[in-house]
Amino acid sequence: MSFVWLWTDLMVWSLLFVILAGIRSIKHSEQARKQWRSIFESPIAMASAVILTFYFVFALLGSVHIQLASSGDNSLDKRHGVYSVLDLSLMHLIEQTERTYSAPFATHEYSTSLNFDENGQVSQSYLALKYGGQHLTKGASIWLDVLKKTGLPLLLTFGIMALLLLIHGLFRFRTAALRDINNKTKTLPWKTAYISVFSLLFLFIWFYHLSHFYHVLGTDKVGQDVLLQSIKSIRTGVLIGLLTTLVMLPLALILGISAGYFKGWVDDVIQYIYTTLNSIPGVLLIAAAVLVMQVIITNNSDWFGSTEERADLRLLFLIFILGLTSWTGLCRLLRAETLKISQVEYVSAAKAFGLGPFKIIKNHILPNLMHLVLIALVLDFSGLVLAEAVLSYVGVGVDPTTASWGNMINQARLEMAREPMVWWSLFSAFVFMFTLVLSANLFSDRVQTVLDPRRVH
Amino acid sequence: MAQALSTVLNIKNLSISVNDSPLIKDVSFSIESGEIFALVGESGSGKSLTSLAIMRLLPEALQVTAGQISLNQTDLFTLPEYQMQKIRGKQVAMIFQEPMTSLNPVMKVGEQVAEVLRVHLKIRGKLARQKVVSLFEEVGLPQANDRYDWFPHQLSGGQMQRVMIAMALACEPDLLIADEPTTALDVTIQAQVLELLKTIRDRRGLSILFITHDMGVVNEMADRVAVMKQGEIVEQADKEHFFSHPQHPYTQQLLADAIPKQSFKPIIDTKSLLQINDLKVHFPVKKGLFQRTVGYVKAVNGVTLTIKKGQTLALVGESGSGKSTIGQAILKLVNSTSGSVNFSSPGEGGSNIESIVDFTALTEKQMKPFRKKVQVIFQDPFSALNPRMTISEIIREGMNSLQVGSPNKKDQDARIEELLEQVGLLAEHKYRFPHEFSGGQRQRIGIARALAVEPELIICDEPTSALDVTVRAQVLNLLEELQQKYQLSFLFITHDLSIIPAIAHEVAVMKEGRIVEQGSVEQVMRFPKHEYTQALLNSAPKLLRQTMP
Repeated sequence: MSFVWLWTDLMVWSLLFVILAGIRSIKHSEQARKQWRSIFESPIAMASAVILTFYFVFALLGSVHIQLASSGDNSLDKRHGVYSVLDLSLMHLIEQTERTYSAPFATHEYSTSLNFDENGQVSQSYLALKYGGQHLTKGASIWLDVLKKTGLPLLLTFGIMALLLLIHGLFRFRTAALRDINNKTKTLPWKTAYISVFSLLFLFIWFYHLSHFYHVLGTDKVGQDVLLQSIKSIRTGVLIGLLTTLVMLPLALILGISAGYFKGWVDDVIQYIYTTLNSIPGVLLIAAAVLVMQVIITNNSDWFGSTEERADLRLLFLIFILGLTSWTGLCRLLRAETLKISQVEYVSAAKAFGLGPFKIIKNHILPNLMHLVLIALVLDFSGLVLAEAVLSYVGVGVDPTTASWGNMINQARLEMAREPMVWWSLFSAFVFMFTLVLSANLFSDRVQTVLDPRRVH
Repeated sequence: MAQALSTVLNIKNLSISVNDSPLIKDVSFSIESGEIFALVGESGSGKSLTSLAIMRLLPEALQVTAGQISLNQTDLFTLPEYQMQKIRGKQVAMIFQEPMTSLNPVMKVGEQVAEVLRVHLKIRGKLARQKVVSLFEEVGLPQANDRYDWFPHQLSGGQMQRVMIAMALACEPDLLIADEPTTALDVTIQAQVLELLKTIRDRRGLSILFITHDMGVVNEMADRVAVMKQGEIVEQADKEHFFSHPQHPYTQQLLADAIPKQSFKPIIDTKSLLQINDLKVHFPVKKGLFQRTVGYVKAVNGVTLTIKKGQTLALVGESGSGKSTIGQAILKLVNSTSGSVNFSSPGEGGSNIESIVDFTALTEKQMKPFRKKVQVIFQDPFSALNPRMTISEIIREGMNSLQVGSPNKKDQDARIEELLEQVGLLAEHKYRFPHEFSGGQRQRIGIARALAVEPELIICDEPTSALDVTVRAQVLNLLEELQQKYQLSFLFITHDLSIIPAIAHEVAVMKEGRIVEQGSVEQVMRFPKHEYTQALLNSAPKLLRQTMP
């Protein structure tokens, strides 16, 4: 057993450190702390943040890959290959594959198949599933069983919540003791936070517990569990949303600020670049780049040690190409704002003090742009998650072996045309993506209201 | 006043508050017909809120907690909104401070006035146009018929304000609320607009509620005056009585600060510190795909000035005359086209032989040692300080960059505290951010920042025009003190004639990039030679002219 670090894994973990460093710097600056506090004063923003954190944790768990060596033992042999920590914790779902489609909580397959009984008679019947609901005695109600199996997760969730409350209570008691009694600060909506943590935690534990007995969200064409796919897709969606911004941010910052500050020919060149880039349809550019990439990958299959590495490289490439095509909007915004700020009198004062252009940019322009950058980043996030789905649907997205909501929707194209309709793949992808995008949008909305300087105080 | 006196507007015990904290407390006054009633106060005193309450246009967060406003005996607070809409424009009209933002930039000015007629008086078509043209003629717009089809950007600031007045008069209101209508205008234009308002009042017998902070304008316009301070009316009197016998100490202070000093500063012949010779700053006008230069804007066109050591030279001019550009050219914030800026600095080792350096010939690197000699204070205290930096960071920046004083952080901190105390702030203010200070305090921080590098010349670019009268007087006093203490020279750029006697030794009058007259303050203010200077002084409020016999 050894760790395997894929490129995107490294990037997502380094991003975590960047975020932690950001939080540290926020804690140091009183102004920033106040602003973030007022962001979280909104219950909606708090709930959204909790949901986003859950998604991010799943993305992080999916980003630690472990190579399981094949041992001599035959029974374990099935397990060799590269798995993420998330895969390992959901191993039972990987192993319990059915033959074909089955609906959520079903005990039998979704469609009839020809069946030979012991008399040699051919009949059409619904075959029983290999795993789903097979612990039930014949005739027992599924829903009663589900209800019975709710008790344990509920108890467990309450236990975890009690622990959380205890830790948080201790922490708050300590700060409350330190705080000036007269200093009445608006309290954060902790109730909302706890309710959302509780519901998410309960939902997850419940699903996890039930997934040992049922296919909670059904199975797809080849009998794979849809819940597993949806959860694994979280990593792809979150990664594309986050890492793409990481790629585009330096480009937008450097080019936007230089264009706005130095003006003249620098501005002309940068403006020509982004107008040119903007006038090429994004999907066309991405499709062309991905198709070229595909050819390179198939011609040089010996570059990659495993299919995971290949899929990962394709994901990385998609992230880069998305980043390279999406920096123009932010760049234009930053250019305009820099043009404005560089005319403001404190910049003139700095020039009168003989400060060089780079110092002026660092001390005076960049700090006054950060709110714009932050707003643009949170706003772009949801757009990028959706872009991945669209691109995978068109067939120029991530590798078909990578679990992603786009791939799930792509497969659901045919399923929707079946009679009776297979709805759960599309439904699960939709619900998971919708929750992420909605909470990202609500959160960005709040960030924008608080950080936007044009806001009326 | 020919009309019989009758009360047009009556405000009784008006109180307005936001979240239980009162903004306006128990304000009562009444305006008779044909009367100009001036409501005076500093920013934040609640004078604009009062006017918005009359129009019932208060922001929703604010609540009228008590009081009554009646217009022509109708209680405005009891009216339903649709009736109120008829009253706005028809019985009460309003003109604002900023004519540029009050007019719709994509609509012909005539159409904008005609729209009011259409809505309120149901006048349409040719008749509306005729009415608008006659209104334009009444407010003194030249070629009124042509101006109907012009867009706001084609008009000057004064003309735009005339359009706004025409719009307000369109439905023949009984009461006109003028909220600082001349603050954004130059002196000569201000005088014209004030004159216009007066003639309209006489002709139409209309009442005007005139909101202003400028005592000079009050003296010119008002029949009666009320002074507001922190949401309360502290004094209400007839104009004559008000100016001759102010009762309340706040009013007395306000008047003392507003009336310019009667004495002039003595001219002492000292060495010249900065000599500007035939300075020209031309900005190229570029057009087309390849940005060809098609012409030049001659912002500064051959200016010769001398600033003497330890003295103040006031540079007066209207907006667009190029006075700020001179300041920027001295600091090399803009490149000068030709001419020289000669700075005399004492030779090495304190020797008496002065070396003269031409700033325009220096590169940015060569300029750097001289940056600490010349510093600048800006007009807008809100944009002059970086909102993301603490006060100590702001002041420290120049010390570090120009290597003034000890590089040791502790010594610098001590110096910053000393500077803050010198400009009348507290040492512990250095950990705060600019947004925690008022306008006057920020201007003090700007002064401390300039002082930090121990300059010999400070260019003051309209440092007091964004400040209230009392704060303005404090800042001017501070500058005066600093000049005495450190033998500082100031180039004081301003459009406000009333502060010149208090601050300057010499004055130069600028028009369209050229100096039309310069000399000692007494000489220029008392015996102006150039006709432009004469026009400028004639349009200055009476309050100023009275002090210049």
